Amino acid sequence: MKMVSAVIKPFKLDEVREALSTMGVQGITVTDVKGFGRQKGHTELYRGAEYVVDFLPKVKLEAAVSDDLVDRVIEAIEGAARTGKIGDGKIFVTDLEQVVRIRTGETGREAL
Amino acid sequence: MKKLLITLTLGMGLAFGGLNAMAQTDAAPAEPAAVTTAVEMAAEPATTEAPAMAAEAAPAAEVAAPAPTVDKGDVSWMMLSTLLVIMMAVPGLALFYGGLVRSKNMLSVLMQVLVVFSLISVLWAVYGYSLAFGGEGLIFGNLDKVFLLGITPDSLADTFTDNVKIPEFIFIAFQATFAGITCALIVGSFAERMKFSAVLLFSVIWFTLSYIPIAHMVWGAGGYLLDKGALDFAGGTVVHINAAMAGLVGAYMLGKRIGYGKESMAPHSLTLTMVGASLLWVGWFGFNAGSNLEANGGATLAFINTLLATAAAVLAWILGEAMHRGKASMLGGASGAVAGLVAITPACGSVGPMGAIIIGLLSGFLCLWGVSGLKKMLGADDSLDVFGVHGVGGILGALLTGVFTAPGLGGTGGEDFSIASQVLIQAEGVVITMVWSAVVAFVAYKVVDMLVGLRVSEESEREGLDISYHGETAYNR
Repeated sequence: MKMVSAVIKPFKLDEVREALSTMGVQGITVTDVKGFGRQKGHTELYRGAEYVVDFLPKVKLEAAVSDDLVDRVIEAIEGAARTGKIGDGKIFVTDLEQVVRIRTGETGREAL
Repeated sequence: MKKLLITLTLGMGLAFGGLNAMAQTDAAPAEPAAVTTAVEMAAEPATTEAPAMAAEAAPAAEVAAPAPTVDKGDVSWMMLSTLLVIMMAVPGLALFYGGLVRSKNMLSVLMQVLVVFSLISVLWAVYGYSLAFGGEGLIFGNLDKVFLLGITPDSLADTFTDNVKIPEFIFIAFQATFAGITCALIVGSFAERMKFSAVLLFSVIWFTLSYIPIAHMVWGAGGYLLDKGALDFAGGTVVHINAAMAGLVGAYMLGKRIGYGKESMAPHSLTLTMVGASLLWVGWFGFNAGSNLEANGGATLAFINTLLATAAAVLAWILGEAMHRGKASMLGGASGAVAGLVAITPACGSVGPMGAIIIGLLSGFLCLWGVSGLKKMLGADDSLDVFGVHGVGGILGALLTGVFTAPGLGGTGGEDFSIASQVLIQAEGVVITMVWSAVVAFVAYKVVDMLVGLRVSEESEREGLDISYHGETAYNR
């Protein structure tokens, strides 16, 4: 099992969710995050005062998936979240040791 | 110490009032009686039942003293104008300022504007009106009308037309709102870091020793600047330059906010600032056109000037921004509106509409410099740019009043109007106001610092004044 987490542009969230659910991902967790990467921040001007905004708002989504789905999930996120412009985000994949469905007590693949 | 001071002030006030009450009891009944008979006599000729009597009475009345006219239209207009100026302060100014601070200080700014306005309104009735408008004097009026002694619904106040009067109560209320909003304006300079008690104590001292004398000198009978011929229709010097100097001195004396220039102090809600600026603009028609004291042609001149100068200043400010920085901002547009309103305030009753547009355009450009270039030069943390907008705009407006009042430039000045000499008189008014207000403010801040301390603790400032001073938060967190 793998944990796929992706940091994407906020307005791409709906497209990514749709792509993932059509290919059979059962659930994702979404968080509003801020961060910086290669995309620079911007400056805001209020009368005489200038403020540099370093951290840009992004959305982070996490999906726990079975090994055979991983490549297709990555592809789906890539395809749905890409605009071709700087700041599209990144996808991180890590090993997932255990999953438990709290209601039934199922574990491993059964719980996905 | 604080309690002692309050008791002392109250005691002195009551003693004063008592003395005056005794002095007044003899004279008071006579005045209203005279007024009522005059009104009755004027009403008589109109009745058709006794034409013979009327014919006899009319010439008699003319010989004695023409009865003063109180027009219901004027009275309605003055009540409406007073409401509009109240709306300028709460919620207009409160929201304009509130949107500009960080969310942790939102309520402190709303509170300071609301409470300062309320406090000064009460003090205006207690002694402010009497000292500013009671009797003749170079700098102060007198104490004849403290606690509004002897004033009844029949008491009348002068307008700009001979023998046309308005009820004195509405004149007092109208002027009270001016005093209140002037003191509330200063809040913008020391926002986000001054103790609530210090704000109130400072307001009382500065109102008494700077607002009242400047108001009397410019508008009061026998006032120094009035006699000199200084033109200040609705309060460019009395309100704006006066408040801006007090604010600037405060910004220096309180020091910069913690993190100024390092941390982001971006406005927390420009939406509310826009709402506030819009309320200010609408309310300002009461401020400017209401200052005409009658609903007539003069009021409509002030009205159209208040519309045009403001619109021109909005355009100038955002044009300046777009040329200088590449983007026109909403805050710039709202600031431009206030700059234009400030600049046209002293001029609105005597310049023509095209003069108003030029004053508006110039104030938009100059105040943009006031909040950027000039602000850097001054080096003070004037939190919400009271000096950059109200000071710079007020000075520009006061001086240009001396230019565009000229009949050749569309103004209402007489044939003998001289731009050079009028501008000199205007400049004298500006300088006197600036020096007077700065000195009084300096002393007032010092006294307040000794009594209660000016600045909040570092911990309170970081936590935000809403929680540390008022025990509440503006928004759910």
